[in-house]
Amino acid sequence: MSDFLASPFMHNIFSGLAQGLLYSLVALSLVIIWQSTHVLNFAQGAMAMFATYVGMTQIDRGVPYWWCVIISICVGMAFGGLAERVLIRPLYGKPEINPIVVMVGFLGVIEALAAGIWTGTTRNITSPFSQIYFHASNGQVILVSPFVIFQVILAVAIMLSIAVLFRFTKLGLQLRASALAPEVARLLGVRVGRMLTIGWILASGVGAVAAVIVASGTFGLFPADMDGLFVAGFIAAAVGGLESPIGAITGGLLIGLAEQFILYYWSATLAPLGGIIILVVALMIRPQGIFTKNVGRRV
Amino acid sequence: MIRVEHLSVSYGAVKALRDVSFEAAPGQVTAVLGANGAGKTTLLRAISGLVTPRGGDIYLGNRSLVRMATENIARLGVSHVPEGRGVIAELTIEENLRLGALASKVDIAEGLEAQYRQFPALGERRKKYCATLSGGERQMLAMARALIAQPQVLLLDEPSLGLAPQVTAELMKTIHQLCASQNLTVILVEQNAKSALRIAHHAVVLHLGTVVASDEAAAVANDADLRRYYLGLVQ
Repeated sequence: MSDFLASPFMHNIFSGLAQGLLYSLVALSLVIIWQSTHVLNFAQGAMAMFATYVGMTQIDRGVPYWWCVIISICVGMAFGGLAERVLIRPLYGKPEINPIVVMVGFLGVIEALAAGIWTGTTRNITSPFSQIYFHASNGQVILVSPFVIFQVILAVAIMLSIAVLFRFTKLGLQLRASALAPEVARLLGVRVGRMLTIGWILASGVGAVAAVIVASGTFGLFPADMDGLFVAGFIAAAVGGLESPIGAITGGLLIGLAEQFILYYWSATLAPLGGIIILVVALMIRPQGIFTKNVGRRV
Repeated sequence: MIRVEHLSVSYGAVKALRDVSFEAAPGQVTAVLGANGAGKTTLLRAISGLVTPRGGDIYLGNRSLVRMATENIARLGVSHVPEGRGVIAELTIEENLRLGALASKVDIAEGLEAQYRQFPALGERRKKYCATLSGGERQMLAMARALIAQPQVLLLDEPSLGLAPQVTAELMKTIHQLCASQNLTVILVEQNAKSALRIAHHAVVLHLGTVVASDEAAAVANDADLRRYYLGLVQ
């Protein structure tokens, strides 16, 4: 058994899924925002990065790691709510391209601001979890470290909490109703405007968790930290059909696996192709998204 | 009670309602009748705050509803069942009902029980997604969802649309009973003038955005000219 677990094939499965979970988190945050406000938030990754800078640099002041994580997530959530109220709210009812242009611009502003405040050089964040891989009983390396386990547990816990919140709480019901039928929800007394803001707050919190994990890992923290992750997360959301949280999570995992297998069996520099391949295949087979129920328009 | 005073609504250059006034009393069904484009739906949308009037006022008791947010009007006890019923197909029957009760002070469990007693067919299928419901069942659900919050005012927009005559007759009977038993102010917008007049106490006839008649339902029903020119009831 331990031989099988230590086989290169299983390494790649573990490693790919762990990375894929990060894409899933970003994809999930994009889907929550898309569902509630029909905005593709191109600044999602950058906002999460900025919040992570604010939170994780508190380590320099002697704040313990876990408090920094919590600060990062809270700042991310506040940032999301603020962005919806200040930048997006005036654009409701305007052409759909308007919020996209605003958020692409905002992305540039945030990254420049982060570089200005904290410089563009990479900061290493020391997490309480070792990044040294485990070894099998025969001495062979298993591509799993305590940090990878932390990454998986945190990502899965966040996804489950979001699922429970949306599915089983009063707030979740109001969030779903506001996304599905805003006018009907208002007629039933749901404060839809508030729900849209809460959608952005939750999504930005989820994004910040992904950014915290990335910053705590081997890549460290730098202003363009989340760009690659955002692209993969965006593709994952598109593969899932933008409307489906489950689709987004599955898309993220598929991309993680594809990248890992390309990296191992082909070339590390070609790994980002994994996302493109998944996207092309998904668009050919199910252009409406892998888990989307509505049938594509036929002309 | 709902009191509409000199209400005017425009969509751009198009005047949808012009100087509309009437009163709808509690415990009574007020039917709003007229052809397509008469302004019936606009009138209900104005009461719910979904469109902002250009002039005039709408009162719930002594309180003006004009320029109040839709969700706040709903929270004051005005339940609006929109045209097409507004049942959220992606949610279950029970989720739709819960949603109806959220903004009110009603105990949700008790509210659900009361509605399942009133509409037993909904109780049997409470966990089913609404996409699986027939037109009649959706109308029942929309009514139950509006009633669960124990509103003072019930606005119904074309509830008979797409329903078989027998189902419509049942529905009208239910509306009539609920109106009396819960002292509801019901404003019933209908193209199906015949069924609406059968249960209404008062009727308002709209034509191209203006009131052409506002009288006891029986009087409207017996007015040969109104029947012929505005209600399409030719014998």
